[in-house]
Amino acid sequence: MEDLYREHILDHYRHPRHQGTLDDADISCEQDNPVCGDVVRLDVRLKDGRVSEARFSGRGCVISMASASMLTEEILGKTVEELKALQDEDMFEMLGITLGPVRAKCGLLPLRVLQGGLARMEET
Amino acid sequence: MNTKTRLDPVALQADFPILAREVHGRTLAYLDNAASAQKPRAVIEALDEFYRAHYANIHRGVHTLSEEATAAYEGARDKVAAFVNAPDRRGVIFTRNATEAINLVAYTWGRANVGPGDRIIVTEMEHHSNLVPWQLLAREVGAELAYVSVTDEGRLDLESLHCLLQGQVKLAAFTHVSNVLGTVNPVREITARVHAAGARVLVDAAQSVPHMPTDIEALDCDFLAFSGHKMCGPTGIGVLYGRPELLEEMPPFLTGGGMIRRVGRAEASWDDLPWKFEAGTPAIAEAVGLSAAVDYLSGVGMEAVWAHEQELAAYALERLAETPGVRMIGPPAEERSGVVAFTVESIHPHDLAQALDGEGIAIRAGFHCAQPLHERLGLAATARASFYLYDTREEVDRLVEGIQKAQAWLGQ
Repeated sequence: MEDLYREHILDHYRHPRHQGTLDDADISCEQDNPVCGDVVRLDVRLKDGRVSEARFSGRGCVISMASASMLTEEILGKTVEELKALQDEDMFEMLGITLGPVRAKCGLLPLRVLQGGLARMEET
Repeated sequence: MNTKTRLDPVALQADFPILAREVHGRTLAYLDNAASAQKPRAVIEALDEFYRAHYANIHRGVHTLSEEATAAYEGARDKVAAFVNAPDRRGVIFTRNATEAINLVAYTWGRANVGPGDRIIVTEMEHHSNLVPWQLLAREVGAELAYVSVTDEGRLDLESLHCLLQGQVKLAAFTHVSNVLGTVNPVREITARVHAAGARVLVDAAQSVPHMPTDIEALDCDFLAFSGHKMCGPTGIGVLYGRPELLEEMPPFLTGGGMIRRVGRAEASWDDLPWKFEAGTPAIAEAVGLSAAVDYLSGVGMEAVWAHEQELAAYALERLAETPGVRMIGPPAEERSGVVAFTVESIHPHDLAQALDGEGIAIRAGFHCAQPLHERLGLAATARASFYLYDTREEVDRLVEGIQKAQAWLGQ
């Protein structure tokens, strides 16, 4: 148990960073994980082409919530191009643990939400 | 309880090689039997022996091995037919699993017998495998899919069945035992009422045949489906029982080799039952393995298996009720099988399952392929422990200790 739930992951779970929502967000998206019903919403505001504010909300397991919290920290100050360049490996690196195929979906849900929001922003 | 209905789970554990292994340094406590059961040595050796000494393709060959393999495969059919007291071996069709068995009925009997405005009745506690095939059928032919509701205690609301049977009903498809609630449904009573309304009955027996004595003749249903892998058998083999008179009328499901009588350039005719529904080379060794599983379970005694699981479920419910923050889902112990679903306050089921895995305890977390049921009960995901003949009270104690440890670690 201690292997997966390292202290920094539990810290993000217990004290989530940037929890909440943003009105008039430039990037906004919500998705769920149909396997377990976890839901993550992400709101991102841009200023001068860079992320100035990010908020997440939703409900889920330690891994998906900690991952969402970490992602909102990670993306601050990044350009849209840099957001698009984020890979699954970057998320795993942030989490600092190896996840099996089922839990990988928990860990990657926030990134999928961000990618969904980016795709939607492109469309409009 | 007399000695005949008693089993010794610790002695039985020695029959299952995998139960001797360790997970994260702890002896495995396997409590995920509703998903799939472990295999006794007798089944593993039957597969091994069949491939080593008797394997060939079946039915058409005239050589010795083919005759031996055919005898073993058809012998497995007889064994399975006797195990569930099927009235006629011609109605016992080998499929890949219960899901394929249900799809077989939906695609053949369903397309031939259900039309616009007809009603198909399911229940809110169905596994997706007994829902999605009927959703597709209903949409395709313009039929209505109606749900028997589930009460807050996790029982079927038979009043709502009464109302649903008033319409133009063609089929009621429902589970014998819920894979989440553990609820044992009154199949005989429901079947009688559905038959009285002039409709057919399909029973999803995936969670009942492995755990309790089954008597298809007494249940009087028209179709019944179950999987081999949940009853100590191999994966890739399942069973559909259908009334032969219905199966005779139904068009074939998959077509090709093995299921034909004669093939011309433009058309073909079908083989007799049950082979009409077994296209292509079937899962021969898996049928032999299933036969060995039936022998194994019969040797232990299905009354004893059922009594043991009910006793364990009652003990688990009692222990979990003493654990603060644990909420149990489903009916009281005397009305359920060895399936216990629950939630733990402020711990996500995935985190709980992960934490328990660290203690060598295997449980399931999620929707358990029953999303409409979770929605009905207002639940996000749940955790589920499900017992079988080799599980013990000591493993239940470990489960409770594991939950307490997770609460100390993850609770807020």
